[in-house]
Amino acid sequence: MISVYELYKQTKADEIILSFRGSVTEDFMASVFLIMESKLEGDPPQQRLRKKVNNILVECLQNVYHHMDEFGSEERPDDQRSAIFLVCRDSDNRYSIITGNHILNTNVDGLKNKIDKVNAMTGEELKEYYREALGNSELSAKGGAGLGMIEMARKSGNRIEYRFDPVNDRLSFFSLIVKID
Amino acid sequence: MNSLVMEGTAKTPSILFSADSGTLEIKGRSIPENSFEFYQPVYEWLDSYALKPSAVTSATIQLEYFNTSSSKCLLDIFRKLESLHKSERSEVNVVWMYEEDDEDMMEAGDDYRTIVLLPFELKKI
Repeated sequence: MISVYELYKQTKADEIILSFRGSVTEDFMASVFLIMESKLEGDPPQQRLRKKVNNILVECLQNVYHHMDEFGSEERPDDQRSAIFLVCRDSDNRYSIITGNHILNTNVDGLKNKIDKVNAMTGEELKEYYREALGNSELSAKGGAGLGMIEMARKSGNRIEYRFDPVNDRLSFFSLIVKID
Repeated sequence: MNSLVMEGTAKTPSILFSADSGTLEIKGRSIPENSFEFYQPVYEWLDSYALKPSAVTSATIQLEYFNTSSSKCLLDIFRKLESLHKSERSEVNVVWMYEEDDEDMMEAGDDYRTIVLLPFELKKI
C-alpha cells in the first residue's frame, strides 16, 4: 500500500489547485479555463502571476490536445485521448503545471530536441528565437504554430522539465512540468 | 461595405471592424484551439476592405492574453495591413494596448512592432 502519510505531507506543501485524468476535449478545456479564470482573484501582483499561469496552462493543454491527432486506429482509445494534468502551488507561491500524455515514438526525438534547444537559451535568446519562429512559422492543420515550447520557456522564465517513458513499440508517455514563479 | 462584428467569448476576442470609419478593434482573449478557422472571416473582410479602404485605417489591439496559434494569425492580420499601407491607398497605424505592469502583453506588442513594418504604438491602458 502507498504511504498515505507521505501523500498527506506532500499535498500539504504542494497545494493541488486542479487535477484531472481523462480525455482532453475542447469542452473539457473550456471548463478548465473557466475554473482557472474564477481563481484569478487576489491583489494585482497575484493576478498577474495567475494570468501568466493561465496563459501557460492554455499552451500546455492545447499542446496535449494537438498531439492526440497524431494517433491512428492502432492505438487503444484510452491511450489516444487520455491524459493527466495538474496545477499545483507550493508554500512559496510557485506554480507548477504538469501534463502527461501518450505520443508516438517517432515524435520523441523531435520533441526532445525542441525542448533541449529552448532550455539551453537565455531569456534574450528566447525572445530572438520566438520572433524568428513567429515570422517564419506556418500553422499546422490543427492550428499548432510550433511556437508553444518557446513560449512556455520564455513566459515561465524557467527550464522545461520533461521525461519520456517507453510504453510499447509505438508509444511513449510524455511528462512535462513547467514551473512559474 | 458592411462592418464586421463578432461578439467576444471565453476563448475568442470581440471583433469590431468598420469600413466607414476605418477603425479595426480586436479586444479580449484569443485562445481558440483552431485559430485559423476563427480568424478566417477576419482575413476575408480585410481582403475586401483593401479594395476600397478608408483614407486612414486605425487598428486597436487590446488583448488579455492569446495562445501561440493566435499569435500567428495576428501576424497574418498585420501582414495584410502592411501591404495595404505599402500600397498607399490607406494610411495604416496600429495601437497595441496593454494593462500597466502586464509585461507579457507589452513584450508581445514589442515582438510585433519589431517584425511588422507599420506605424506601431504600444500604449498603457
